[in-house]
Amino acid sequence: MNDVLEILTETATRLFEQKAGDDAARAARRGELPESVWDAVAEIGLPFALMPEEAGGFGLAEADALRLIRIGGGFGSPVPLGETMLANAMLAAAGLPPADRIATFAELEDAHVVREGDGWRVSGRASGVPWARHAGTITLLGGGHIIAARVGDLAVTPGEAGNGLARDDLEIDARLPADQVAPRPARFDADAVEAAGALMRALEMAGALQTVLALTVQYAGERIQFGKPIAKLQAIQQQLAVVADQCAAANAAAELAADAWDGDTSLLGVAVAKARVGEAAGIAASIAHQVHGAIGFTEEHRLHLFTKALWSWRDEFGSETVWQRRLGKAALAAPGDGFWPFITAPTVLEQAA
Amino acid sequence: MSADLSYPAAPFSEAAEQLRTEVRAFLAEELAGVPPLVRAKSWNGFDAAFSRKLGARGWIGMTWPTQYGGHARSNAERYVVVEETLASGAPVAAHWIADRQSGPLLLRYGTEAQKQRYLPGMAAGETYTCIGMSEPDVGSDLAAVRTRAEPVEGGFRINGTKLWTTNAHNAQFMLLFCRTSGTPADRHKGTSQILVDLSLPGIDIRPITDLAGERHFNEVVFDDAFVPADALIGAEGNGWEQVMSELAYERSGPERFLSSMALLVEMTRLLGTTPGDAAEAAVGRLVAHLMTLRRMSRGVAAMLENKQDAGLHATIVKDLGALFEQEIPDIARQLIAVAPNAPATREFGKLLAYTVASVPAFSLRGGTREILRGIIARGLGLR
Ligand SMILES: Cc1cc2nc3c(=O)[nH]c(=O)nc-3n(C[C@H](O)[C@H](O)[C@H](O)COP(=O)(O)OP(=O)(O)OC[C@H]3O[C@@H](n4cnc5c(N)ncnc54)[C@H](O)[C@@H]3O)c2cc1C
Repeated sequence: MNDVLEILTETATRLFEQKAGDDAARAARRGELPESVWDAVAEIGLPFALMPEEAGGFGLAEADALRLIRIGGGFGSPVPLGETMLANAMLAAAGLPPADRIATFAELEDAHVVREGDGWRVSGRASGVPWARHAGTITLLGGGHIIAARVGDLAVTPGEAGNGLARDDLEIDARLPADQVAPRPARFDADAVEAAGALMRALEMAGALQTVLALTVQYAGERIQFGKPIAKLQAIQQQLAVVADQCAAANAAAELAADAWDGDTSLLGVAVAKARVGEAAGIAASIAHQVHGAIGFTEEHRLHLFTKALWSWRDEFGSETVWQRRLGKAALAAPGDGFWPFITAPTVLEQAA
Repeated sequence: MSADLSYPAAPFSEAAEQLRTEVRAFLAEELAGVPPLVRAKSWNGFDAAFSRKLGARGWIGMTWPTQYGGHARSNAERYVVVEETLASGAPVAAHWIADRQSGPLLLRYGTEAQKQRYLPGMAAGETYTCIGMSEPDVGSDLAAVRTRAEPVEGGFRINGTKLWTTNAHNAQFMLLFCRTSGTPADRHKGTSQILVDLSLPGIDIRPITDLAGERHFNEVVFDDAFVPADALIGAEGNGWEQVMSELAYERSGPERFLSSMALLVEMTRLLGTTPGDAAEAAVGRLVAHLMTLRRMSRGVAAMLENKQDAGLHATIVKDLGALFEQEIPDIARQLIAVAPNAPATREFGKLLAYTVASVPAFSLRGGTREILRGIIARGLGLR
């Protein structure tokens, strides 16, 4: 790890520890924004971490900056850090200024983006957009353009993910000034926008899995049955080892995707990550609940802040099956003798999918 | 408690990738026409001529110092040779154990004379070793070892039985783990490692046929076999520590997830380019697992290169790797219908049957699944 990343990782972790308690995660799951957490995150500049240094970033490699999203996931993602980081990166790629505050991004369906006077007429819709109701800037991609829409430019209908996090529907039919619209950057085609979302969720899941493991290990050490901590029972130990296995695999897969993100194989990396981490999420969450017994099945206990997040996130931006199929198609472009060379020197997924 | 479960990314090595091209070309020529059923044996496939060719190329003992016949190359380069030979199903059994663990063990604990005597032959693909740890009453509980090497005038006199010794019938030497003092009740204390010349009198090697019909492991009976004092590796009484030091090398290599590659490759060949959504997803899932495992395994190699403790990380690779290798035949039979002797799948059917009968060993050899998970639980602070 390089110095800048090390300092940022420590700072961000401490910040989340101090500011982002369960209250914050619970508020987010009611569709609210825990303002004080966001303010703290914004104050140290995390929303700009994926941007080039000259545009306000820290000068971090993208692979390193992406790892910050995992930290938020470990605290149940009480604020839209990943969404804002990636939206700002998309804006920067188009030469547009970053969002003042919170941003999110979405592919605009039925998109029409046409010149109108000295500005643009933009219309279209998007559904299930993360955190849209709290976003000052909504980065929309469609109709060959990228649009930095403002809250007042569109209609937001609240919706929610399986665990209650804000996932809103949007409709836009507005005339926007020229400086809110730019040609769509080549790097963020439709696949890449979905991939950005999948990457973000894979990283958050890897973080949440680490917390699920820690909570479960801790609980097993505290819960006494038959006169001793259940952690001393071999059946429990063997199950916790499986959680550690899955946690380790999820970390490796998410990091693989982060490392590949700024190169030719970005889509392939995301496919590996979303497929592998999503599978790990299901296995680990189920064991964590088993080990926690009835107390873990309550609203009051904090376990669900992470397990329900895992169950939601694994379905967002393409489930395991969706990404497995893309990976499978790509690998089978050269079945038999081509299989191993594909594994060791991955070709660009776009070509096969 | 919160163990660090991250794996470093192995740095990209231009030299290693160049070597990959070279190794692939060599293997394509050497293995031309070798049927999948033979390739499936992979690291159980014994072929001394092949090992000598690999040795002549400088692809055994690659990381060892040149003065002992090694080639002073990086771990990354060795990793390429190992994974390429395994993925193509090359017969690597002859030199496998010497290259992976006996050589490194000698480098670490051997005397200068021992290094000079054994390492060059190992690196040349001519000197083969086997591992004598398990016994009839000693499986997972290795510290209960009973085979005794009694210190006598000029050396040791060995009595006892080793079991499941892979390649004892082909190897010239056994790395014997045994007791040199005390009793099994002393556990770790009083154990040692001895490099036994298997041609000595008093050693009887009896092959055992396995589930898949192969004869690769053996029962080895020692009846008053005498070995000279200079056969002792490392310090007398230090056997346990030495054996444990081999484990990170033994548990994280690509052999821990590539054992069913021949079947996986043939499965994709039969599926072709457009087998439909379900089959594509099933293949994609395996790809995601394989790429992740490979990243983890290469990460452990990088940790070892940096002299970091990789025990927990390696154990996790082996546990996950065995699950992956073991589910491949199950997935293959769901995707491809195989009727007995049906012409279209006759060869594939044999390969499938062979792999089905091979996979139970994958979560036994090198530490059982339960033992590995116990080690992981310890890493989590649970024991
Ligand atoms: C193909 C193959 C090749 C091999 N090659 C070699 C070789 O070259 N050299 C060599 O020395 N050995 C070799 N072995 C032996 C191998 O190391 C042993 O099989 C292994 O250590 C397990 O020992 P065991 O088979 O006696 O099973 P046991 O130890 O008797 O275990 C039986 C079952 O009990 C479980 N068990 C045991 N202890 C515990 C515990 N504490 N907690 C929970 N569950 C437990 C095990 O996990 C297993 O499921 C080989 C084995 C195979 C299958």
